[in-house]
Amino acid sequence: MQQRSGQQRPDQQRPDQQRPDLQRLEQPPAPRGARVSRRGLIGGGAAAAGLAGAFVAGHASAQSPSGTSAGTSSYAFRGAHQAGIVTPAQDRLHFAAFDVTTGSRAQLVALLRAWTDAAERMTRGLPAGGGAVEGAPDLPPDDTGEAIGLPASGLTITFGFGPGLFRDAHGRDRFGIADRRPAALAQLPHFPGDVLDEARSYGDLCVQACADDPQVAVHAIRNLARIGFGTVAVRWSQLGFGRTSTTSTSQSTPRNLFGFKDGTHNVKAEQASAVDEHVWVAAGDDPAAEWLAGGSYLVARRFDMAIEVWDRQTLGDQEDSIGRTKGTGAPLSGGGEFTRPDFTMAGSHGPVIPEDAHVSVVHPDHNGGARMLRRGYNFVDGTDALGGLNAGLFFLAYVRDPRTQFIPIQAKMAKADALMEYLQVTGSALFAVPPGAGAGEHVGQALFT
Amino acid sequence: MRLPLPLLAATLVALPALAACTQNAASETTGSSGDGTVTVSSTDDACRLSSTEAPSGRLTFEVTNDGSQVTEFYLLDQDGKRIVGEVENIGPQLTRQLVVQAAPGTYTTACKPGMKGDGIRADFTVTDSGTKVETSADEQAMVEEAQEDYRAWVQQQSDLLVQRTRAFVEAYEAGDDRTAKALYPRARTPWERIETVAESFGDLDPRMDAREVDLEPGQEWTGWHRLEKDLWPARAEKYASLTQQQRKQYAEGLLANTVDLDKRIGGLTFTVDQIANGSRGLLEEVAKSKVSGEEEYWSRTDLYDFQANVDGARKALDVLTPLLRARDPQLLTTLQHRFDALQQLLDAQRSGDGFRSYDQLSQQQVHRLADAVNAVAEPLSRLTAAVIS
Repeated sequence: MQQRSGQQRPDQQRPDQQRPDLQRLEQPPAPRGARVSRRGLIGGGAAAAGLAGAFVAGHASAQSPSGTSAGTSSYAFRGAHQAGIVTPAQDRLHFAAFDVTTGSRAQLVALLRAWTDAAERMTRGLPAGGGAVEGAPDLPPDDTGEAIGLPASGLTITFGFGPGLFRDAHGRDRFGIADRRPAALAQLPHFPGDVLDEARSYGDLCVQACADDPQVAVHAIRNLARIGFGTVAVRWSQLGFGRTSTTSTSQSTPRNLFGFKDGTHNVKAEQASAVDEHVWVAAGDDPAAEWLAGGSYLVARRFDMAIEVWDRQTLGDQEDSIGRTKGTGAPLSGGGEFTRPDFTMAGSHGPVIPEDAHVSVVHPDHNGGARMLRRGYNFVDGTDALGGLNAGLFFLAYVRDPRTQFIPIQAKMAKADALMEYLQVTGSALFAVPPGAGAGEHVGQALFT
Repeated sequence: MRLPLPLLAATLVALPALAACTQNAASETTGSSGDGTVTVSSTDDACRLSSTEAPSGRLTFEVTNDGSQVTEFYLLDQDGKRIVGEVENIGPQLTRQLVVQAAPGTYTTACKPGMKGDGIRADFTVTDSGTKVETSADEQAMVEEAQEDYRAWVQQQSDLLVQRTRAFVEAYEAGDDRTAKALYPRARTPWERIETVAESFGDLDPRMDAREVDLEPGQEWTGWHRLEKDLWPARAEKYASLTQQQRKQYAEGLLANTVDLDKRIGGLTFTVDQIANGSRGLLEEVAKSKVSGEEEYWSRTDLYDFQANVDGARKALDVLTPLLRARDPQLLTTLQHRFDALQQLLDAQRSGDGFRSYDQLSQQQVHRLADAVNAVAEPLSRLTAAVIS
């Protein structure tokens, strides 16, 4: 995508024809179901708009414990909250961060409208624009086509706004929204052990596409990036596989690349009061940013894992680093996976769960009750220059306030967590995730009205 | 590695002629093939074994904690005094394994729910299966010799560190940057040789060896790398050199911490598992920050550290060699060959009496060094288990 953006192709000269979605901005959306759906009739016009995160059709994949069966489900795009947060975590991710390249507020708003429209269509299994093969033969197709014949695959598309959208690096109010910047939306502080790569960090906008089929997730980002050329540019993106968290009690706990169960005590969709307390920004949380009520903050961090070094640690040391057994995921203080860890239980050299074990350092009991809704993914970006696996955990977490949830916990982890011996953070970003778009609205509309 | 050397662990398992290692792998299938697995159920007031005898050779106790408090399981000699093998910290409902090489004879088993008292004891018989079990009476002597050799060597390195650090900070304080630059990597060499010992002092290590990226907000940056940046600021943006007063302050602080470290090292002794784990830890240091050129970001003297870490790892292997030869000669041969191969690659990068700058390495040379480190580190990760089982 980045290569294409650098080429002055004919499409640059024919923006009106190349970007049907932008062109359509002043018109009502095309009638739903008028085109051939990738999914036939299943995801058609009967969309249950308004049920945030509810199943529109099908259910097999998201309800199956592994979530790997054929993706026959889809999730409503519109609702009180954006989908892709408490939605049962899909198996695949394509996450992209964008820089806004225009100075025009109108163009930015037009893009959000176009993205909203395309995202809604794609999450229903429809092409991004008019279609991949329905257009005129002398024009590039509206949709890139690689998802033809694939079901919606539980696709969710979630949008976020970075601090740079409000003020640029020189402090300029870019789009007349600086006074509406949420107080918590600032660049994350430097944490010990951060070795950030600028090319994997930050961004004015982000798009998280999750699906049970990697091709569907990639298709979504690719088409949104294409719609955005000229208004935004891709800054970085990350592919992920193997969700490393459980966001629903209907899911089993997956494993990260260290081989341990991850996300056992995650905030789960079914825990409504915990979600309200820890995930959604409430009205009144930030008087300057009421537009964010019903939204959330998204922390994205790329944790590179020292895989080869980890693999040479003894099982006992690995388990002590985590504080859980590798097999069942039970805390070292005993029981099964979901048994509450007993941090006071004495062992022969201090507590049975070492004080620097990951589970002890990050546990809500040791962090003033702070929790996060984690939604991370494993990644393997091939092999690094020295023949090691270029792999790790792409950490995504949704919080109501990063200043009281993510930041203090990460600071503590960097200082005291035995696991940090094997981790290095190379990418980092924070975004404000607006609430869901209601009928006829575009994502983030309240920020611009 | 997790903890460099668990120096603060008060209880150091004595290594008997008949030693053990603990494993906590998933349950093996017991079957009826007589594979020497005895299951143990430890409750709050009972210690039930599936059998009170087993044939000699490799013997596995699969210990499940069916009680409500942390338990331990011991295999002791007939008198119940000497520990043959133990497995600690078994949480309720968890299962851990104890694997021992057992010679024929009479033993005592003990579950210790709550880790208190003598535990719930019973007799256990190992019958003669015909399997030969190493019970060399010399092994205890080998263990003691290894411990003493290593202790003496660590002390020697620590003394050397004080001596060379003093010379380095004097040159630096005097503003003789040329001499200071030449002395810097050489002064750090003894530090890097015993890095896993030095790092175990959680208060000193950050003061002496913190890198800039690892600082916490508000943490003052002191120690080796603070001075390193001041001597080699070329890669820094808008760097303001330290004033004479600051030079003095940081240099004297480093020396004072070094002297303190030396004092604390003076009283230390090391068990064979600590020596072996330290060796593994040093190689992991190489793999993580030396081979990648991250440690000496300003001076690019990473290869000195690299060599010093390898020296330390090799020294540990050397003192454990007699023991390893008795326990696992094949592992010893593999390790020696691979250390030699790694050393050959390092020797190729020597320049004068030191090493080339990290920047002079080609990507291919770095890759080959990393491969050689992996080749040593992989079998080295089995060293601890080999010398204590």
